Amino acid sequence: MAIECLVLGAGQEVGKSCVVVTINGKRIMFDCGMHMGYDDHRRYPDFSLISKSRDFDHSLHCVIITHFHLDHVGALPYFTEVCGYNGPIYMTYPTKALAPLMLEDFRKVLVDRRGEEEQFTSLHISQCMEKVIAVDLKQTVQVDDDLQIRAYYAGHVLGAAMFYAKVGDSAMVYTGDYNMTPDRHLGAAQIDRLELDLLITESTYATTIRDSKYAREREFLKAVHECVAGGGKVLIPTFALGRAQELCILLDDYWERMNLKVPIYFSAGLTIQANMYYKILISWTSQKVKETYATRNAFDFKHVHNFDRSLINAPGPCVLFATPGMISGGFSLEVFKQWAPCEMNLITLPGYCVAGTVGHKLMSGKPTKINLDKDTQIDVRCQIHQLSFSPHTDSKGIMDLTKFLSPRNVILVHGEKPKMVSLKERIQSELRIPCYLPANCDTVHIPSTIYVKAHASNTFIRSCLNPNFRFLKRSKEDNSDQVLRNTNPTAPLQVNDERVAEGILIMEKGKKARVVHQDDLLLMLRQKKHDVQFAYCCAAQLDNLEETRNRDDALGLSDKCSSLQLLFKELSNYFSGVNIQDLGEHLQVESFHVSVCVKDNCPYRIIDDSQKEAATVYFCCSWSAADEKLAWEIISAMERFSLIDNLPCRNSISRTN
Amino acid sequence: MKFTCLSKGSGFHFPPCHILDVSGFRILLDCPLDLSALTIFYPVSPSPKMEEGEQTYDFAVNNCLDMRKRQKILKSLICAQPWYKTPNNLHLWDPSSIDLVLISSTMGMLALPFLTQTKGFSAKIYATEATTRLGQLMMEDLVLMHNEFHLFFGSDSGSPQWMSWEELELLSPALRQVALGKDGTELGGWMPLYRSADVEDCMKKVQTLKYAEEAWYNGTLLIKAFSSGLEIGSCNWTINSPKRNIACISSSKFYSVNAMEFDYHALRGNDLILYSDFSSEGILTNDEHDNNFSASTTYNPSTPSDCSADNDDRILKECLLRNDESLEERQKLAFICSCVVDSVKAGGSVIIPLNQLGIVLQLLEQIPVYLESSAMKVPIYVISSVAAELLAFTNIIPEWLCKERQKKLFSGEPLFSHSELMKGEKLYVFPDVHSPELLTNWQEPCIVFSPHWSLRLGPVVHLLRRWREDENSLLVLEDGLDTDMALLPFKPMAMKVLQCSFLSGIRLQNTQPLLEMLRPKEVLFPEDLREQIKFSGSHSFSVLYYAENGTLGVPRSKGSVDLEIASDLATQFSWRKLDHDDVDITRLEGQLFIDHGKHQVLSGNKVSEPSRKKPLLHWGFPDVEKLLALLSRMGVKGSVERCMNDAESGSDEIVHIHEPSMALIEVRATRTVISARDEQLASLIFEAIGTLAGGI
Ligand SMILES: [Zn+2]
Ligand SMILES: [Zn+2]
Repeated sequence: MAIECLVLGAGQEVGKSCVVVTINGKRIMFDCGMHMGYDDHRRYPDFSLISKSRDFDHSLHCVIITHFHLDHVGALPYFTEVCGYNGPIYMTYPTKALAPLMLEDFRKVLVDRRGEEEQFTSLHISQCMEKVIAVDLKQTVQVDDDLQIRAYYAGHVLGAAMFYAKVGDSAMVYTGDYNMTPDRHLGAAQIDRLELDLLITESTYATTIRDSKYAREREFLKAVHECVAGGGKVLIPTFALGRAQELCILLDDYWERMNLKVPIYFSAGLTIQANMYYKILISWTSQKVKETYATRNAFDFKHVHNFDRSLINAPGPCVLFATPGMISGGFSLEVFKQWAPCEMNLITLPGYCVAGTVGHKLMSGKPTKINLDKDTQIDVRCQIHQLSFSPHTDSKGIMDLTKFLSPRNVILVHGEKPKMVSLKERIQSELRIPCYLPANCDTVHIPSTIYVKAHASNTFIRSCLNPNFRFLKRSKEDNSDQVLRNTNPTAPLQVNDERVAEGILIMEKGKKARVVHQDDLLLMLRQKKHDVQFAYCCAAQLDNLEETRNRDDALGLSDKCSSLQLLFKELSNYFSGVNIQDLGEHLQVESFHVSVCVKDNCPYRIIDDSQKEAATVYFCCSWSAADEKLAWEIISAMERFSLIDNLPCRNSISRTN
Repeated sequence: MKFTCLSKGSGFHFPPCHILDVSGFRILLDCPLDLSALTIFYPVSPSPKMEEGEQTYDFAVNNCLDMRKRQKILKSLICAQPWYKTPNNLHLWDPSSIDLVLISSTMGMLALPFLTQTKGFSAKIYATEATTRLGQLMMEDLVLMHNEFHLFFGSDSGSPQWMSWEELELLSPALRQVALGKDGTELGGWMPLYRSADVEDCMKKVQTLKYAEEAWYNGTLLIKAFSSGLEIGSCNWTINSPKRNIACISSSKFYSVNAMEFDYHALRGNDLILYSDFSSEGILTNDEHDNNFSASTTYNPSTPSDCSADNDDRILKECLLRNDESLEERQKLAFICSCVVDSVKAGGSVIIPLNQLGIVLQLLEQIPVYLESSAMKVPIYVISSVAAELLAFTNIIPEWLCKERQKKLFSGEPLFSHSELMKGEKLYVFPDVHSPELLTNWQEPCIVFSPHWSLRLGPVVHLLRRWREDENSLLVLEDGLDTDMALLPFKPMAMKVLQCSFLSGIRLQNTQPLLEMLRPKEVLFPEDLREQIKFSGSHSFSVLYYAENGTLGVPRSKGSVDLEIASDLATQFSWRKLDHDDVDITRLEGQLFIDHGKHQVLSGNKVSEPSRKKPLLHWGFPDVEKLLALLSRMGVKGSVERCMNDAESGSDEIVHIHEPSMALIEVRATRTVISARDEQLASLIFEAIGTLAGGI
């Protein structure tokens, strides 16, 4: 099984975010956005790539929308109502509440003001939203028996969420847009440390390290304050939701602190009613704003009033929020025409404007005149302030999140290609995680995690849970495939408690795989254990042993012991990395036992007579198959002792190879 | 697993309390207060500066301090600073032995500060976000209301006089039973109320969760809360342990007008269900002639084979439809509303000391509608120290509300109408009866919502004294209160009393269809409900009955643990077929990790060597003749020697190998020893034995 990731939008660009991921057979569409920069077929993701027959209900298991921005939700009514997708759609409560307003606002801009052919109707929007299942943060949603999804706070805008999806043993996160630093009205993104095969992250600011948002907020407030202090009027064109409330919180709070009396107005399209959504959803805002609910809800703006058309040319300063945000028509354009020619006034511009709108013209260069149509020309003498506090994470935030989650693979979307390339390099070199930058309509395949599932018997689990202390005289870098190794003898003794699992996996036709302890298996087979062991009685010749005996122990009583101890000393020196235990009567290494053989005719003394002649002592060894290699190494060493130990001054023998 | 029912509680306000021992962890389910026991105390209330010039205390209470009359009054009610009654059995457990506390509702957390202030208590406490917030407000309110007693009696120290045996002897039997419990053992459950600092400290220790959020305890237990529909934020818990999946069903409501709907589907597929909804205790169903409700009479699965999960779901839904709870509950509310309107029409005032948030929110919405339709203009007051915050809170928690309420969010309307009513000056919220705003606004007749339902604490005490002699006034009381005792301090009373009971749990008719749908293997069911429900024979689960203060040992159910084996290990398997049937076996080696309730075998640090592929375990007995034959085919020649040396080990057979070099094979009943100097030869012989005897 693999994870297959088909990028339908926001591949190496910003706009129409849409990624279709197949994990272990489950197919999820993350985001269904529109591209604001196009008005032809390129506006929507190419849904035909999901299903040639356009049978979306059977080719998708669910659609997940991360937040209410149009580049993430703009194509949803088209996909459900025109393309006919009827399956489940998930988004957070605020997104479900606010997305239809954004969609409706945009539909109006396109249809009423740009005179375009309608892509979807108001009815489409409401019918589409009926199909949406709202989710809370951290709520684990069981889409079906195998597919689990969960939303995490993303910061970006009210209700923005990153989504976790898990199928079987494979899991992934799709971030949508997010912000790793808190701002005045929203908190920072928050996520658990998850075991992930794949992370798909936005990369709007792939190479930028941003200064704090507070600095830019101060700039904005300063510009507005200076303007009204000079008697000027401020026009803030916005969408009804999101930026309007965010800026309003800023201004309302600032007005309160500075004790300003200049009126702040909401235009008719931006009814105070819209604030109701924010009031109800206040628990999705920053901690500080959230806490205001009990006293005065921060979205109950004190200084904000409804605007009346007659006030456009009223004398005196004021601040006006008006739709649409890009000054593409409607009321904001009407006010713009009146206020732009006066240098006392100020007009703020949103971060992004569609080509062809007045907003877009104002953003490109510093025009002094704007042609609305053939007959209308407006002198622009007012000041222009560009709002730039886009709530996206910067590159440090992307790196931090990626490092925190440590996924097995990363895919970057929602960014500009050259910057994404350099971020990809960083992720691969600094974090050593494979990273991909698919373009639109590309598919990335990555392997998914799969575990073999089995039942485990209690005996097996218990045997694994027994402490399994090993005393290793090994240094850390010793990860050799060689069992024995002469490492630095001063290496500290390591106590190692590896919970080694040793069991037997049984596959029986028509039954689930089982892992049992070997005792369980014998029971199952109704068989008794039969030990198969190795034994060998090894002849050794230890000269210094002779000396010891002659000098210290005339009676020869401790003969056995002292030869064994001598052997212990020799072996310990020789195999300094191995833990040899001296148990008095015998020495033990793993299953290998060695003791002094006093029998005259030991059956395991498989040697010819010539060797018998030279032998001064016999060591009887036994071991099991598990330690075969070790056993033979010890035996050959023991035999070698007798061959080379004729030099009188030697205290110990070192390994020569 | 072990289960102990500490208290079966009583009614909506005093939920049950249990101890559960799972996978070596001790879990306390709920930590409630029996606030109905407050009725044994005499209420005090300062009269506000409404008419009188200065604040004076109730005359009767002043008298009660008079030593000459003390004995007489003691026989009716206790004149002292109240203590609060916790489940007595809870004190028999060492608080430091509790690992986890799961809170299922605001009512289930009111005694929590007693526990968190105990030395040695270090358990992790889980509750939903909404329950935590609402519970905190309720406890803060309790502390503030209790302060009235503080002001009156002064701070209490040590064991109060009324708890001495001499004074307890003087109590009436009814009072004594409340104080001491039925069996006279419950005096130890009484505690002096916590302070607001204790509440604050307690709240810091609560870990809040969303519905269906995963919480891992110690990497072993997976804890999740699912909506129970009873009250905003209330929940049923599921506990997934490596050995058993458990669902704890507390009082749950299928029909919900405010709280998120009872999410019973999420409880499906657990091994064991702890059924802890005592709400139907003693309630006999009136829609059947026989009082014993037998579920089997109401539905019949069409065919035995038709027992799919969907079918169970359908049966439950049909059953719910047949016993429509919503209609009856709506009628009750309508009746209350019309009684309220009648009273104010007659010039009387209405006091509603209900503490069930769900009911209060509904009445706050419906009474204005009734008033409007009968063209009455009467102010509605909500008087409580936490009312303003509580009402504001209900309007910002769409995620915790039922579908109908959530629709209001999506259409941009306030979730509850009270904010609009306040703006329209139909509803006023005041912190207490002394607040200056109240005094300037006060109008009678009026309708007042105010705590406390026990009629011993809060503004209700004062207002009852004010209106008790007005026959047009109305008191709306909750069921589950001993009315005689509750109203004793307000006698003689001319005002009308309406006592109403609301559905606060699962009806017994729905119990079996619910359990069938959930498909557990075992159900722990209250002994006290045994007589009221006869599980029909067809049910697929076994039922264990539990009683208060009894401990049930539940035998282990899952025989085996689910294990996950890393795929890199799986690729190294060398399979071996067992000849007698379709069984393949392989040796599994790795490192066992237990995390997030999962057992995983991953490749450990140890690098497996080729020799490890050799069988390490043998069984059976190698036939020596066959062994010789097999060896000779491999070019190994030898001869057999039989020796009968001792009785114990039976006959030994020894094979002497001459070719290619010297070796010896000693074959005994349980053991074979291979001896050779030639490493390869030894290994060859080992292999031959492996093919003759079974091995892995
Ligand atoms: Zn966005
Ligand atoms: Zn975006």
